[in-house]
Amino acid sequence: MSSVIAKVKQKQIAELLAHGKRLDGREVNDYREFQIEVGLIEKAEGSARVRLGKTEVLVGTKIQVGEPFPDTPEEGVLTVNAELVPLASPSFEPGPPDENSIELARVVDRGIRESKAIAVHELSLESGKSVIIVFVDVYVLNHDGNLIDASTMAALAALLNTKMPNYVLEEGEVKKKTGLTQLPIKNYPIAITFAKINGKMVADPGLEEEQVMDARLTMVFDKNGDICAIQKGGGSGSFTAQQIVEAAKIGQQKSAELRKLLVKE
Amino acid sequence: MKGLPVFFEKREIVTPGDLLAEGDYIVGENTYREGDKFYATRLGLVDFVDKTVIVVALHAFYVPRVGDTVIGKVVELTIAGWLVDIKAPQPAMLRASDVFERSFKPQRDELPGIFDIGDLVITKVIAYDRTRDPQLTVREPGLGKITRGQIMEITPTKIPRVIGKKGSMITMIKEQTGCHIQLGQNGVVLISGKTPENEQLAMMAIRKIDEESHISGLTDRITEMMKKIKGSEKNAGKVTREGEID
Amino acid sequence: MPGKSQEKEKLIDKEGKRVDGRQLDELRPIKLEVGILSSADGSAYIEQGKCKILAAVYGPREAHPKHLALPDRALLQCRYHMAPFSVEERKSPAPSRREVELSKVIRESLEPAVFLEYYPRASIDLFIEVLQADGGTRCAGITVAALALADAGIPMKDLVVACAAGKADGKLVLDLCDSEDKLGEADVPVAFMPTLDAITLLQMDGNLTLEEFEQAVNIALTGCKQIYKLQKEALKAKYVALKEATE
Repeated sequence: MSSVIAKVKQKQIAELLAHGKRLDGREVNDYREFQIEVGLIEKAEGSARVRLGKTEVLVGTKIQVGEPFPDTPEEGVLTVNAELVPLASPSFEPGPPDENSIELARVVDRGIRESKAIAVHELSLESGKSVIIVFVDVYVLNHDGNLIDASTMAALAALLNTKMPNYVLEEGEVKKKTGLTQLPIKNYPIAITFAKINGKMVADPGLEEEQVMDARLTMVFDKNGDICAIQKGGGSGSFTAQQIVEAAKIGQQKSAELRKLLVKE
Repeated sequence: MKGLPVFFEKREIVTPGDLLAEGDYIVGENTYREGDKFYATRLGLVDFVDKTVIVVALHAFYVPRVGDTVIGKVVELTIAGWLVDIKAPQPAMLRASDVFERSFKPQRDELPGIFDIGDLVITKVIAYDRTRDPQLTVREPGLGKITRGQIMEITPTKIPRVIGKKGSMITMIKEQTGCHIQLGQNGVVLISGKTPENEQLAMMAIRKIDEESHISGLTDRITEMMKKIKGSEKNAGKVTREGEID
Repeated sequence: MPGKSQEKEKLIDKEGKRVDGRQLDELRPIKLEVGILSSADGSAYIEQGKCKILAAVYGPREAHPKHLALPDRALLQCRYHMAPFSVEERKSPAPSRREVELSKVIRESLEPAVFLEYYPRASIDLFIEVLQADGGTRCAGITVAALALADAGIPMKDLVVACAAGKADGKLVLDLCDSEDKLGEADVPVAFMPTLDAITLLQMDGNLTLEEFEQAVNIALTGCKQIYKLQKEALKAKYVALKEATE
């Protein structure tokens, strides 16, 4: 039935939470199962499909050679875009990106950029003229909650999967040498999102939990356990400082666990 | 009907466009005819009842019929009353005048006092035709707001199987789980029991009927499953044997 | 059709094999899956050669925007869209003129099959997302969309199936891949309802004599009939597997 959440379901979520339980039997800090598949789109330079429970996100990366930004003449360029395509949910409408897809793209971008996951200084071909441009396109295929964590994981997996031509500068021209190289990836940002429901913080909110939450807190941790991005969103509720600090502790631990899915120590 | 060509056996799975029969037949549910050829319109199990060719759809959405009891969710408040999502192709209307019996012009903010957005309601369809969206009522006993319980959604065409012959299946599930179960003709089912485990058991049984009704021996499998989970030896022999399509 | 390139790539070699090793009348390998998305009312996925396309259906449901609703039948709204990473050169996510045209012809290829008159004022919303493109996406899109419609329980007169034929290096071929589409002499996509013997999509791009065109259509229809069998199997697959597991 429509995306308005039923009152009896809201009551059920609250009653279960009072006993530390959730609709699908999870504990408050449990994540749903992650399933990650990479390299499924051969035409993309890199790709990954992540399933987090029933949420499904596909990320493709495309590599181009182009001009750098004027203020960073020797750095490669990262562009992240997200599409909440209408087939993924009855609440997604066709059209230009709305505030939700823009927020999703910018949070995924922040995680990658601020953790310096991509060594952009190694992507310069000719200072001020030619650099590698990395397009990361996040495609949500099925929305069952927590798009941010699924998308961040998929974006990282796609970047790790990316193979691009060997571009070199020869006699003032950018040429492709034979063979493929990987993107220089130096850090592994992992996003952990909590939803606040009736004063309780639950990790990896499912769709129905998102429909009743007061607010949402996303924190992105890098490989050292440092925080490189935070986003409070998902509604007009609020957090206490203590809730945030506690969530950060749990998030740091959780992110280290989840990072192992992609990066063997 | 002897002598007239049919191209499938009873209970075979057919797909849209499959030629089912040719000749002096009658169009039944989920079939259509071109000349004297009869075809399926949906994925389902074909059957021939006297001269009628029917397909019991494996999956179909709800189309309202006057008199159906349905469970819906209030999604919008309008000047005329409540818009209710009953999972039909068109949104359904529960008129304010149905609840406020005298001719009354309710202020918009009086409606939430009765039913608010997000409330689940048991209603009856009192009108529906090609020219207007479904109209609902809550005036009869047993209808109105749902205040507790779990909701599950199954294919509407399976509701008769959940009921069973002479109510035998639903009675068995109610007895084995101690749950109160309300079946909406639109495939929405309300289950309310003393413990979440009982509710889960009832939901599992109903889900199994939804998924496996096309396979014969369903009654036995449900009985087996419930016995196993409950660990009890209670005799489920009151259930009428059935392997036939209703 | 683009003009001939400088160095004309050979599309068909001396042994009559095509760039991907196929015979002239051979389809690309096809994989079909039905019911793979939990939010949509109906969904299906196709791989045809390197094409990877997802289709999903919502409805029949209230029409949005309301003013488009029709008094005597349902609306069929169709959106064909390509992911930015689906092609060699990254494509902007904004709908291109090509996507708008394809959305229209795909809708028109499926409308004849659907009993729209059963659901006045409602809308059946169909979304086709091309995750990877390699020639023939509108045909594969129609094939998979028909399955998504059937999976949603939308009553249909028949499944619609589509396949293209064309001309490459002077020979008529079935099911063009991307390079044959770009460098060949003609491309003829066809959509078909086998039960009613009705063609519901027909386009042509390129240069053919009348005889070649007739042959191409027949070749495409042969391909359609083969794919139609695969559609039916895919639709039944879930239920057949369940039946076998239980019995």
